[in-house]
Amino acid sequence: MRLSLEDAGTAVFLALGILLLVLGPTMIGLFELLTLTKYLILSLFAMSLAYIWGFGGIISFGQSAFFGLGGYAFGVAGLNMIGDTTTPLLLSVGISAAFAAALGYFMFFGRLTEVYMGIVTLVVTLILFKLIGHTAGSEYAIGVARLGGFNGMPSLPILVDPFTGEEMWPETMFQVVLGLLLAVYLMLKLIQKSRFGRVCLAIANNETRASLLGYDVRLHKVAMFAIGGGIAGLAGGLYASNETFIDPNALTLIMSAQCLVWVMVGGVGTYIGPILACCALNYLAVWLGGVDWGLGSFELENQFIVGTILLIIVLALPKGLVPTIRDRIFPHWPHLRGPEARASGGAPPAEPGAAKPLERSA
Amino acid sequence: MDLAVVVAIEVLNAIAGLVLISIGLAIIFGMMRVINIAHGEFLMMGAYAVLISVKNGINIWVAMLVIAPIVVGVIGVVIERCLIRFLYGRMIDTLLATWGLSLFLIGGVTMIFGNTVEGVSSPMGSLPIGQYSISWYTLFTIVLAVVLLALVYLVMKRTRLGLIARGTMQKPEMAAALGVAPSTVYMVTFGIGAALTGLAGAVLAPVAGVVPSMGVAYIAKAFITVVVGGEAIVVGTTVASSLLGSISQVMTFLTTPVWGDAAMLFVAVILLRILPRGITGRFFRRSI
Amino acid sequence: MSDALLLETSGLTMRFGGVVAVNNVDFRLREGELRCVIGPNGAGKSTFFKCITGQLQPSEGRIEFLGRSIAGMNSHDIARRGIGIKTQVPNLFDGLTAAENIWLSARRHHVGRDATRIANEAMERVKIGHLAGYHVGQLAHGQRQLVELAVVLAGEPTLVLLDEPAAGITAEETVRTAEIIREINRTTTLIVVEHDMQFIRQIAKTVTVLHQGAVLVEDSMDNILRNPTVRDVYLGKRAAS
Repeated sequence: MRLSLEDAGTAVFLALGILLLVLGPTMIGLFELLTLTKYLILSLFAMSLAYIWGFGGIISFGQSAFFGLGGYAFGVAGLNMIGDTTTPLLLSVGISAAFAAALGYFMFFGRLTEVYMGIVTLVVTLILFKLIGHTAGSEYAIGVARLGGFNGMPSLPILVDPFTGEEMWPETMFQVVLGLLLAVYLMLKLIQKSRFGRVCLAIANNETRASLLGYDVRLHKVAMFAIGGGIAGLAGGLYASNETFIDPNALTLIMSAQCLVWVMVGGVGTYIGPILACCALNYLAVWLGGVDWGLGSFELENQFIVGTILLIIVLALPKGLVPTIRDRIFPHWPHLRGPEARASGGAPPAEPGAAKPLERSA
Repeated sequence: MDLAVVVAIEVLNAIAGLVLISIGLAIIFGMMRVINIAHGEFLMMGAYAVLISVKNGINIWVAMLVIAPIVVGVIGVVIERCLIRFLYGRMIDTLLATWGLSLFLIGGVTMIFGNTVEGVSSPMGSLPIGQYSISWYTLFTIVLAVVLLALVYLVMKRTRLGLIARGTMQKPEMAAALGVAPSTVYMVTFGIGAALTGLAGAVLAPVAGVVPSMGVAYIAKAFITVVVGGEAIVVGTTVASSLLGSISQVMTFLTTPVWGDAAMLFVAVILLRILPRGITGRFFRRSI
Repeated sequence: MSDALLLETSGLTMRFGGVVAVNNVDFRLREGELRCVIGPNGAGKSTFFKCITGQLQPSEGRIEFLGRSIAGMNSHDIARRGIGIKTQVPNLFDGLTAAENIWLSARRHHVGRDATRIANEAMERVKIGHLAGYHVGQLAHGQRQLVELAVVLAGEPTLVLLDEPAAGITAEETVRTAEIIREINRTTTLIVVEHDMQFIRQIAKTVTVLHQGAVLVEDSMDNILRNPTVRDVYLGKRAAS
């Protein structure tokens, strides 16, 4: 297997990640560790979208549906299965993946166009939000777990070490979360190299040609979507455990929008970008919230910030930060879509006797 | 018998509600292929226009039928000039940008007006029907919906503006041939769609609580109606609203509003599966 | 060339709203043939191809490939049965390199090292080894046509459909393409759609002429060239029947 520049980048990232995992608890203060853990969980959520969008061309406007579902699955299972958090976490992955597979089947086998798919994913999130919001009464319970409507589900269990049966310390939680993040990262990178991953990338380029080569486009997309849903569900479950709380806020449009912003700002087609962007933007939001604008009780609304960022990105930096920077440093890196593949360097040799080369096809 | 009348009126009201919140979106999406995620916020701004006007002593009917559409129409034109027009043809970017706009508007309105739910009192009394009573306002809403549909249809079919609009949407060069810049057509169309939505929001104000996030509750239904309706603006909206509205309202009567919404969604899902391009993608094609 | 029928259509019809793009076409192709399908613009040639590949669902009629009915099947199922097409506007993965494009085609039926070998062989046959590392989106039109040819060949199809392989390429590339097509025909059945008559002359044996969606005449190349009806159709003299 030939190794490329990209593989080197992967290895470096993993190495740094492992370093952070080992040294973090000793070098980072407790409060910062807790904050970082939360942001790493959100980064995992971002990765789910980075995967399906960057490596499959599937834009989901409702990724928070799977995040929230995972969180609630963990909550319900965790409250019912006292002492066991591993199974609930597996359930949050499984249930989200299954739901994503079902939704994916509806969308991709139903021949919906890309635009309608964006609307459908959006609407599904809205509907889930509404449905869960209506579950305030005590009759809305699964086992001993009351869904709680807009109040959410409190007192969720902290992750329990499956070997010792003890609740994890924050340091361990940090390591588990980072470990899972790195594991998912590695898994996705390996998928990328497999035939499945390469076909998915091809599908993002040209569905027709993929189909004409004999690949079932719909099946690949459903599989991708399910994997993405499962990862988002994992993030949701970890989130619920880390916060010991889950409420419909995990299912909101703003949650989906933030995910989109992290991926867009970080750069579609990378994982490191969205991870960094997620952490950076979260730190930024906290900082902005603490700034005294000198206007008395005027507070910058989070939605306002996210909305403004989205607007700026779409208008000014449609490719995102990381690819824009990367283009300057490494102009020969492969890009996803056709027009972007016309790199500035490395023009192919002219054919002998090419007297009248045609305009490049769009 | 009285119950039947009341139920029928409530069903018509549900349909009218869908028509009102969807017609502006249908125009913008049907004609310009622009997905405006901030559609709910246009509703919201219409409601706030009424709220502020009424608080400042303006007659509620003027506020609802004149001020709100104009205000939101103007805002729509500004948005089209400053944002939308750079993104024509870029579907996904439009989706993202209008989403950002939605959050921007909700956040902005929250920062200016606060987060509390305000009310606008209903301007009409009730009409007794046997042992039940319905609000005159309900009837007004139904009539307004019918009037709007007729108005849009007539403008599209019979006026020069409508002809130019329809022509431009199919072939931008046509507008130039008729002496109008395509960009002007887009701007006016978007503005009209926004104005109609503002009107809908204004009409909703006495019925729903006015709060910055009120639009979010309606965009799901509006999008579902428009998508199920398909490309034809008036016919699509009418058919889809009638179908989904009646099913939703009947289910609500039989059970609860939650099931009413669920039924509407369920039917929409089935319809989209069979008719991926909406109802007027297959039936009544080439109608307005 | 054997007598076995590889592809047969009966009454194949494709309607778009009020327009009949393919009109009741009966078409028979024997194994090993190199058939050219010609006709003026709008004659329905590309639409005919799209019905065969599954990109379109025919309105009416039957299509049988290797004795099995394929009308209305999904395009990926039809492709798996052994039909490969170079489309009118080249359909390639623009963001990937030529080598990756061809490899993906080979990889459908083979694993790992076999796939690489078959991909390399396809590149050799079309003589585009020097283009392997370039992103398809960067290539000139003629080069893209050749890459797509290699992509189709790497899938080891039983039937190759070529939609306007000579469009927009230089005279020299045309000669080379004709050579490659003749070489392919030694082992594979082909249907070539074209309206460049110079190109057709270099490869044609039997020619089917389509006009307004229907088969006008089917004959050997020489007879077609002498046929006054065909000339009229191309020169526009024959009014709609």
